[in-house]
Amino acid sequence: MTGHDVVFVLVGLLTAAAAILTVTSKNLVHAALFLATTLAGIAGVFLVLAADFLALVQLVVYVGAVAVLFLFGLMLTRAPIGREALDNQNRGLAIGVSGGLFVVLSALIVDAVVGGSLGDTTVAEVTGPGIEDIGMAIFAEWVLPFEVLSMLLLAALIGAIVLARREPGDSGEEAMATRIDFGDAPPTEGTDSLSSGSLPELTSGERREGGP
Amino acid sequence: MTAISSGATTYIAQSVSLFDGFDGFVLPLVLKIAFVLQLFFVVPLVGGYLEHKAMGRMQHRRGPVEAGPFGVLQLVADGIKFIQKEDVIPRAADRWVFAAAPGVAMVPALLVFLVIPLGPGVFALDLELGLFYALAITSVSVLGVLMGGWASANKFSLIGGLRAGAQLIAYELPLILAAITVAVQAGTLSLVGIVEAQAGFMIPGTGINVWFVFPQIVGFGIFFISAMAELSRPPFDMPIGDSELVFGYMTEYTGIKYAMYMLTEYAGMITMSALMVVLYLGGWQLLPGVPMPGCEGAGGLFDCSPIGIALSVLVTLGKIMALVFVMVWARVAYPRLREDQLQRMSWLVLVPLSLLNLAVITVFKVVF
Repeated sequence: MTGHDVVFVLVGLLTAAAAILTVTSKNLVHAALFLATTLAGIAGVFLVLAADFLALVQLVVYVGAVAVLFLFGLMLTRAPIGREALDNQNRGLAIGVSGGLFVVLSALIVDAVVGGSLGDTTVAEVTGPGIEDIGMAIFAEWVLPFEVLSMLLLAALIGAIVLARREPGDSGEEAMATRIDFGDAPPTEGTDSLSSGSLPELTSGERREGGP
Repeated sequence: MTAISSGATTYIAQSVSLFDGFDGFVLPLVLKIAFVLQLFFVVPLVGGYLEHKAMGRMQHRRGPVEAGPFGVLQLVADGIKFIQKEDVIPRAADRWVFAAAPGVAMVPALLVFLVIPLGPGVFALDLELGLFYALAITSVSVLGVLMGGWASANKFSLIGGLRAGAQLIAYELPLILAAITVAVQAGTLSLVGIVEAQAGFMIPGTGINVWFVFPQIVGFGIFFISAMAELSRPPFDMPIGDSELVFGYMTEYTGIKYAMYMLTEYAGMITMSALMVVLYLGGWQLLPGVPMPGCEGAGGLFDCSPIGIALSVLVTLGKIMALVFVMVWARVAYPRLREDQLQRMSWLVLVPLSLLNLAVITVFKVVF
């Protein structure tokens, strides 16, 4: 165990603990915060493995944007502020699914490392590729998959906007809009219902005579 | 496994820090940590004092005068006062999240100083990804603001936190796009490399050296506005808008935790100004094309004598303080924007403009 291994194990343990707390926490916002910790921990794992560009991308995309959007959405919609808890009743199902996935994935990894195809690989020195190499690889060799992926993301983005947008004819309640007119001309007498309709009735002579 | 550990943790540094000149492993490390800490705790106080004095003069007051000569120790006195105050936590608040939030906001602001170069060799690290690192780390700060807003169990705090989240996400985009444009023109992401690229950048066809602010005056404006919005400084202080939200996400915070939020804001002012100095204003170059006395390296900015290094640091700090002054000036001169005006300005003005800026600069870079 070198110092490097110790750091790797510590970061891994932190990430795993945060991941477990993410799914066991009963408070939605706590779960989202633990998720942010998990994602930051994964960035730490990347950093320890000398993939510093990947670590920073992980940080800016997942911690700085995705986790923030999660929290933002939770706070905007249904998260009770402060200490109250909010939980659904799907615990058993979730344990079944995640336990099954865990068994399958760890079996695959163990098979690959111990008994299978990766068994006799030699241990090589880890040095992260420079940012220039990554850039050249993405924009020269892999430019077509990259462009296809960005088209897919763009389509998803536009699709989300189309789904979220409410057309005028759609069902659902229209929001009451308060209209403030900053026009120069004040409403002229006789044209709007206010001056010709209800007001004169209230101030008419008959009602005043009927009063005390 | 030893071979891995020695190779894995050496990240590709472009140029060597001054502190690596000392022998051993511990001494350079301690010096670097001390350097970053003094940057984080001293320079923001100087910026804060400048703000107090400049705002005072602009409002026909004198600013702080009592603590120390000309009131220079006012912020130190404030700090001592904050430490002595009672640490109040609302009963309905989520104690752990409430307590952790200022730290989550503050630590990224501290970590950014790792890559800020003040002069030739006067930096803790020169990462190959320095610019990207600075922008990525600052984007984490918003988590602390959201946490504080939610955990306070107070409607004003929650609305303040939500506004802060929306604002920081909206203005991160033009900020990063403007910074990318500089990286495209410089051909590197290393902050020291960008300074070097500016010292060697000539107007095409002539031998006249200019800083990146001249070809990218639009980008500089976008970066400046976005930086002020990222820091929630007036006129972009809707998250704490005191006439609407009491004090936004900081309403329930007292004492040292409040001081941590404030230190984050002032440290952010220094880092954003320092980034602008590095990206657009030539780093530690006094004037475009003028070599620093005592320096012999590229563009007269590197391989300096001790006097040259000291002068470079002074030039950088002077530029940072000048930008801080402009931020204070904008704070005094302009009223607060409305929330919808703020979002409109980012998504409909700054983002398209920064994309256009990126396209134009890229075309110029390819043509010349």
